[in-house]
Amino acid sequence: MSFTIIGTGSALPKTIQTNEDLAQFLDTSNEWIVSRTGIEARHICVAESILDIALEASVNALENAQIKPAELDLIICPTLGGDTVTPSLACLIQEQLGATCPSFDLNAACSGFVYGLDVADAYFSRNADLKILVIAVDAMSKLVDWQDRGTAVLFGDGAGAAVLASGNSLKAIQLTAVGNQHALSIPWPKGNHPLTKSQSNPAPYLLMDGPEVYRFAVAAICSDLRSVAKAAAIDLADIDYIIPHQANLRIIEGAAKRLKLPMDKFVLRVNGCGNTSAASIPLVLDELNRNGLFKTGTRIALTAFGGGLTTGACVIEWA
Amino acid sequence: MVLEKVVEILRNYKDEQDLEVTAASTFEELELDSLDTVELVMEIEEAFDTSIEMDGEIKTIGDVVTLIEKAIA
Repeated sequence: MSFTIIGTGSALPKTIQTNEDLAQFLDTSNEWIVSRTGIEARHICVAESILDIALEASVNALENAQIKPAELDLIICPTLGGDTVTPSLACLIQEQLGATCPSFDLNAACSGFVYGLDVADAYFSRNADLKILVIAVDAMSKLVDWQDRGTAVLFGDGAGAAVLASGNSLKAIQLTAVGNQHALSIPWPKGNHPLTKSQSNPAPYLLMDGPEVYRFAVAAICSDLRSVAKAAAIDLADIDYIIPHQANLRIIEGAAKRLKLPMDKFVLRVNGCGNTSAASIPLVLDELNRNGLFKTGTRIALTAFGGGLTTGACVIEWA
Repeated sequence: MVLEKVVEILRNYKDEQDLEVTAASTFEELELDSLDTVELVMEIEEAFDTSIEMDGEIKTIGDVVTLIEKAIA
């Protein structure tokens, strides 16, 4: 017995920045960003804390699932980090919801939501009678260098959540990791110990080798989707919705071409949100769920890739 | 041989069948940005069923041809 998704939720900060807005302070243009990424706008946490959007998505998901916070047995929060190093964001969400269950953050970068589902799956194999909240949130606007036009334009902030209960929706799931600091990294601030503070430290902002990440991402989508489809004994052509991590339109186009799948198989929302890291997949999942597109038997594939380098993919049959 | 095939892939990628290309043509001259370059290299790798390292040394069509020739030798 594994899980079924009984509710979803999401939240985006209110402040929207279009490409034109970014061109006011970066040497870039709408045409440059759209042609290379498909991104037109992104939401940025200005008035909201990271906890605020995580909490809003969590509350939405619990309402959608029609369960109370006190019924939760576990909160898993896939994130690069919340407003504080400690307490974890998961613990602060637990406090604000009024839940009492164990709660922890999980860092698998943009693959975090699928990693969270895999961890949850393991809990269900130990005890089927559980309710688990997976709340993925990232505020990339706090982690990119807003003077670097090559990376800052790619990202946005958001939160997406799913409530899981006992069921048989998960047909196959797999994770990968290949440690690699060069392709994508965000250094920590180094502290101020007298013996180390004079050392030169990299700025604590995202560094990325775009072409290397592109190659990794296209290959990951292709091999992970083939692999989970095989494990679920389903043809990729029979999947109703493929929800890829929304990093860059051209990555998804490159993968679709190599998989010989039509682009309309892939749900694309990168235009309005940019890359929201761990939140990108559950944001789309929630939108489709709320629009009533998932019926009993609808087949969904999730495929994620990100810093680590990590990847994760799964096949879910809606209950 | 490799050069001819690379030029053919490039012309198809750019959808310009009479594009002037020589081994000395740079990606910049061909108006290919870094994402175009990586997409093109991936297509070339698939055509030759091999893979090459992209470490920033690839500036011209001839650079790709040399790396492919080494990889399939």
